[in-house]
Amino acid sequence: MAVIRRKTKRRLWITLIVLLCLLAPLLLLAAVLPEDRLDALYHSYNGVGVEVDGPSILWRKKIGGYSSISANYYIDAISSASIDAVSSASPYKEKRIEKSVGGDFLLNTAIMTLGYSTSDENDFNAKTASFSLSQDMFGDLTTVTMGYVRGWDQIGKNGDPVFSEEANRQSFRIGVSQVMSRNAVVALNLETVTDEGFLNNPYRSVRYLDSTSASGYSFEPEVYPRTHTSNAIALHTRYYLPYRASLLGEYRYFTDSWGIRANNIALGYTHPYRDHWIFDLRYRYYTQDDADFYNDLFPYRQSQNFLARDKELSRFKNQTVGLSVSYEINPKNWKFIDRGSINLSYDHIRFNYDNFRDITQGAAVGQEPLYHFSADVLQFYLSLWY
Amino acid sequence: MTTARSGTSTMLRLSLLMILILLSGCGLKPWVKPYERNHLADPIMQFSRDPVSSAYISHVYEAREGARGAEGSQGGGCGCN
Amino acid sequence: MRTINLARTMRICMLLLFVAATGAIHAEEISGAAPDFTLKSRSGKNLKLSEFRGQVVMLNFWASWCGPCRQEMPLLDQLYQRYRSMGFTILAVNVEDTSGDALKMLEEVPVRFPVLFDPDNAVSDTYGVEAMPSTVLIDRDGNMRYAHLGYMPGYELDYDREIKGLIRE
Repeated sequence: MAVIRRKTKRRLWITLIVLLCLLAPLLLLAAVLPEDRLDALYHSYNGVGVEVDGPSILWRKKIGGYSSISANYYIDAISSASIDAVSSASPYKEKRIEKSVGGDFLLNTAIMTLGYSTSDENDFNAKTASFSLSQDMFGDLTTVTMGYVRGWDQIGKNGDPVFSEEANRQSFRIGVSQVMSRNAVVALNLETVTDEGFLNNPYRSVRYLDSTSASGYSFEPEVYPRTHTSNAIALHTRYYLPYRASLLGEYRYFTDSWGIRANNIALGYTHPYRDHWIFDLRYRYYTQDDADFYNDLFPYRQSQNFLARDKELSRFKNQTVGLSVSYEINPKNWKFIDRGSINLSYDHIRFNYDNFRDITQGAAVGQEPLYHFSADVLQFYLSLWY
Repeated sequence: MTTARSGTSTMLRLSLLMILILLSGCGLKPWVKPYERNHLADPIMQFSRDPVSSAYISHVYEAREGARGAEGSQGGGCGCN
Repeated sequence: MRTINLARTMRICMLLLFVAATGAIHAEEISGAAPDFTLKSRSGKNLKLSEFRGQVVMLNFWASWCGPCRQEMPLLDQLYQRYRSMGFTILAVNVEDTSGDALKMLEEVPVRFPVLFDPDNAVSDTYGVEAMPSTVLIDRDGNMRYAHLGYMPGYELDYDREIKGLIRE
């Protein structure tokens, strides 16, 4: 089985590379490297009983005109615990540090991007390496991007020094961006992700009906398949309005080998005001079907090969409304800075679960109210271009 | 197992289709002249004006939803060089 | 099937891609009489291309929203300073609908050579501008000799070499 998957993947790679080579003579000019910039962001997520905040710093600099390097330092400081953990495990304070470096290289008519990042928590480490190639074609109206990402995860468990598991990730993506007119751009992205190894959370449990228990149910550890393959296809569009504003439209369809099917759409409106202000309004709607092996309450112990009660795998919807304000500063007397901007962004997300129940609310077993919650996401950041 | 395999075949088919569409565009002359790209070059027309912010919001969703991937695009812009 | 060696295929294709990419056109020798035109300049005066017969002329098509154009401007100004006394001039043709943004950019990036405005893009069409920026070098007899599409760091060395050659003719 694994051999067949590898062969198909190999054929896919070869086909795409050969076709790109055949297209090569049609490639004329292209490519501008990303701008030099420094961004300092403070992010804050405030959900029910969960608070995650921290900084994210990004620095980007062109080197010698044909390459650009970047570095990012990001922290998630997590306090309290989410409902899954509150219901059946202990609350925690956690800190996750993510460091990334990247390089963009102008290879005459294409841009090659390499990246490496590490993410560290006291019970989880992840390393990720990425490669992508971006090519402009057909009078620069079309941009084709191909990318490959490889990841290695190391999973531990607090309080269990012997526990050590691994998971590997691979993802392959291809995107085509097309200028449709003077005022419109459209992009189509496809991405396939494959995970292998220990894919669940060592602290999380599922519950099953248990008449011998006082509450009417008991817990057992969750069991996930050791492989997970997913496919996503997304359409992004941008449209320019004549009085200088823009509209954003996005749609994504997702499906995976665990039986999850998800759709989301997003709409956005960007409105510059006078010389210095830019306002953004956005709306996002997300809906997903549950995984095949998900259940809020299993009928008895070990009723299936795979067991999950992770609300992330349940059937649910969420909606987001968001607003951003940006103020551009153009000081004439700053020597090394071209321009800067101060930005504030607020998103309100509401989750409604169709088959995940809130067992902190006492009720008859299996009749507890369906879980729902809202979260506030705040971002405050300063951007400098130099 | 079969879902994983057919998933990769679907990707293969879709990618080939995209490339065929591109190849068919060979004979076309660019319908937007390079000097007509002032709107497309406007920062408000970028798919992602603030990469740090976009990356963070994507992470907020990916950590809480089952779906992943296919986000982020490049392209449009000034079409210079 | 089994004999497909992924590593070897990838290497061959990357090489093909690289060869094709390096061969991509961004500078070439061209020929033919440079089409004449009249455009309004920054000073308000109308300038005609044929008035500059006898000088080497660099025609540069640019826009304020074009990053590489901004990068290139100061370097073109240096070339202008270096060679203007030897019978060389630069005519920078701005291709935007209105001159507001162009004039604002010229305040931030001052240049000493003439700047012309082509708001209806008639001259851009005549010269078949395919990329931003585009540069055409015209000899003393009014013939087009070199064309450059786009700007990447290092092109100014090519410009320098070509201008020197045309001045000596």
